[in-house]
Amino acid sequence: MIALSDYLIVAGILFSIGVAGIFLNRKNVIVLLMCIELMLLAVNTNFVAFSHFRHDITGQVFVFFILTVAAAEAAIGLAILVVLFRNRRTINVEDLDSLKG
Amino acid sequence: MGFEKFLFYCFAAIALASAGMVISRRNPVHAVLWMVVTFVSGAALWILLEAEFLGIVLILVYVGAVMVLFLFVVMMLDVDIATLRACFIRYLPLGAAVALLMLGEIVWIVGPANFGLTHFPSPPAAGLDVNNTHDLGMSLYTTYVYPVELAAVLLLVAIVAAIRLTMRRRTDTKTIDPAVQSRVKKGPDRIRIVKMASVGPLETPETLAEAKDEPR
Repeated sequence: MIALSDYLIVAGILFSIGVAGIFLNRKNVIVLLMCIELMLLAVNTNFVAFSHFRHDITGQVFVFFILTVAAAEAAIGLAILVVLFRNRRTINVEDLDSLKG
Repeated sequence: MGFEKFLFYCFAAIALASAGMVISRRNPVHAVLWMVVTFVSGAALWILLEAEFLGIVLILVYVGAVMVLFLFVVMMLDVDIATLRACFIRYLPLGAAVALLMLGEIVWIVGPANFGLTHFPSPPAAGLDVNNTHDLGMSLYTTYVYPVELAAVLLLVAIVAAIRLTMRRRTDTKTIDPAVQSRVKKGPDRIRIVKMASVGPLETPETLAEAKDEPR
């Protein structure tokens, strides 16, 4: 049988791939947003796995809300990206230094 | 090895391999397409976990809406990929080190020693009478009805924010502001009577007829 730890390890590897992607593609905002989506998928897989093994539907309810928030976040993030590209003609993170941070 | 285990390893391998492709592709369009593969195999894993409704929702909402949105934006923006990829190799050791360290910690904690079958025995397979959508709906619309309303408001706010951010006012069109138009008052805003001193001879129909009759 498949153990809970198998699902958790798969989700952990997915999460680590998302973190590695943020380091590797740190100049491209689009790929950064996609890496965040990967990490959210890993976290949601954890919730669903615990919900299954604990016989508790609450985990799936929580995944439902995470999906809602993630969809809103992706929409607003991409809208900001479009405005950014319209104003600066670039989405390179290195060029976004107006705040001198 | 049971069929369920075979499916689990298949879909997990596909999900992880395509996630690796997402972060390593040069072309963002290819990355988005690999992301679709990742989400579909993730949804298959959720369905293996008897979360059928959420698996379908993941495909419908993520593959059908969010990834298409990503694809639109990637194709709409004319991105220079070469400069964005300049430091890929430079950050590879750091990224791989951090990711492997994190993975090691995660596996150390959630490995079979703590979350194996002895601690969490595999639940018996749900019968045909168990309806995941019904259970989830009962929970959402009774216990969690207030958070559902909040989520609806959140989506509305997201719509308004996205539209407001990307809406562009064009200045070269002759549109009229309806608010200004409806605030017009009856007297001075509509017509303006100007008094002018008359210049030259008075033009009445008779004088015009006389002028026409005169030989040129």
